[in-house]
Amino acid sequence: MEALYLLIPISTVLVFLAIWVFIRASDSGQFDDMVGPAMRILLDDDRPRPPEKAVSDAPPDNGAAK
Amino acid sequence: MEKALSYNYKVVKQFSIATIVWGVVGMLVGLLIAAQLAWPAMNFDIPWLSFGRLRPLHTNAMIFAFGGSALMATSYYVVQRTCQVRLFSDGLAAFSFWGWQLVIVLAAITLPMGYTRGKEYAELEWPIAILLAVVWVAYAVVFFGTLAKRKVAHIYVANWFYGAFIIAVALLHIVNGMAMPATLTKSYSAYSGVQDAMIQWWYGHNAVGFFLTAGFLGMMYYFIPKQAERPVYSYRLSIVHFWALIFTYMWAGPHHLHYTALPDWTQSLGMVFSLILLAPSWGGMINGMMTLSGAWHKLRTDPILKFLVVSLSFYGMATFEGPMMAIKTVNALSHYTDWGIAHVHSGALGWVGFITMGSMYYLIPRLVGKQQMWSVKMIELHFWMATIGIVLYIAAMWIAGVMQGLMWRAVNPDGTLTYAFVEVVKATYPYYVIRFFGGLLYLSGMLLMAFNVFKTMRYSFPVDTRIAVPRIHPVAPLAPAATAAAETAEVL
Repeated sequence: MEALYLLIPISTVLVFLAIWVFIRASDSGQFDDMVGPAMRILLDDDRPRPPEKAVSDAPPDNGAAK
Repeated sequence: MEKALSYNYKVVKQFSIATIVWGVVGMLVGLLIAAQLAWPAMNFDIPWLSFGRLRPLHTNAMIFAFGGSALMATSYYVVQRTCQVRLFSDGLAAFSFWGWQLVIVLAAITLPMGYTRGKEYAELEWPIAILLAVVWVAYAVVFFGTLAKRKVAHIYVANWFYGAFIIAVALLHIVNGMAMPATLTKSYSAYSGVQDAMIQWWYGHNAVGFFLTAGFLGMMYYFIPKQAERPVYSYRLSIVHFWALIFTYMWAGPHHLHYTALPDWTQSLGMVFSLILLAPSWGGMINGMMTLSGAWHKLRTDPILKFLVVSLSFYGMATFEGPMMAIKTVNALSHYTDWGIAHVHSGALGWVGFITMGSMYYLIPRLVGKQQMWSVKMIELHFWMATIGIVLYIAAMWIAGVMQGLMWRAVNPDGTLTYAFVEVVKATYPYYVIRFFGGLLYLSGMLLMAFNVFKTMRYSFPVDTRIAVPRIHPVAPLAPAATAAAETAEVL
């Protein structure tokens, strides 16, 4: 099964690469906060504002107000 | 307004429209070939319309044109919104859009003409395959470039899924695409015999795992919380889900080659890894479902949420059925029958289709400055048509599949086969007709969606795509102080 001489090394290298990425991300604090990130995407208000408000010179920070 | 201070919605909008258009086209081709199986005269004696040529067109259109456009639309949107930054390069993003459309159009021309590499889900001949690789690299550069210049330190979990999907698909496409061109339209695979089969199904199943699962899970982890207005049930579980999937997915492929020339131990390895996959898949499914805890009542009134949640139940069903079918003794019955078609379509119509439709219904009004889709009632109608369509489709194919498997293996006491092949075909006929009507319902729902999208996009308003100033700096101490302070604390 010569195909496995290609596929097994590829998969093995990939797993070690994934381990390396995981450890790097973990060390850089990516997984320290396991609550905040889930909330944060909800704070990002992506609803388009009604047209009359959109044309007014609203401040660029539209995050809190809607 | 300076461009860097706003999001790039243009490419997201383009890919969203492409998703709808290719969805309709791909399903129409699917319906035609479903009709051909019930009524063979439907090929009209025209070679270009024969089943063997249109079937790869159907799969390519659904997976790469419909699914691929949806993945690119949503990943470009999600990566921008969660990183609070504009796409890395507008030019490359535009190239990824037009390049992708060119690949699709070339596929739609060459496949009916009969140009194919003969590898399932990797049929495109070498010049198109190379173009696809180039476009994919451009897509990867835009996505990872955007991640690299993000303004939010944390990388949201959806981006991990999208990122893994992009890298894995590039690798799979390149390894399985190795071929020696003979002419412009013909090439020979670098591998032969069972080696080629092994490489092909290593590609084939990982394409399911990374294109049709990981990518769409990225969609799931962003759009379900956003539409439900609830955070993911367990963010920790979503991270575990991601890494567990990454570490266990790569070796499920051999289950496509049970009882073939592939060494027995390789088949068993594939079976074991397929069974292991049940755990992370169901972990993710439950995580998505439980996101609605405390918000179940929203399901009664919100058809978009219905699409998203039902897609998860189909994900759960398909990821339970898959490992079961990978068990060799079950596979002995199910393989080469229409049970496989049932399994694929509960994943494709139910999971991939519904999560895409739900996400598109969320996304499209936001891209054109509308509060919601033109008709919410129409979304509801679409949901029910599509759901009934799927049930008809997969129930018919399940019954047909088990029946075929049992009839094929039935032997008389003297050892001869009980049924001739054509008797099995004849017995399958009613189920092919039911499947056709299931598909017709599903396509009709998609046409409703296309109409609804057209009405929503007409007379669209200019969208304010300015990127909110990161609230880490207390910019508005005079504004409603309590909420601003609370939010600042949360961000910090």
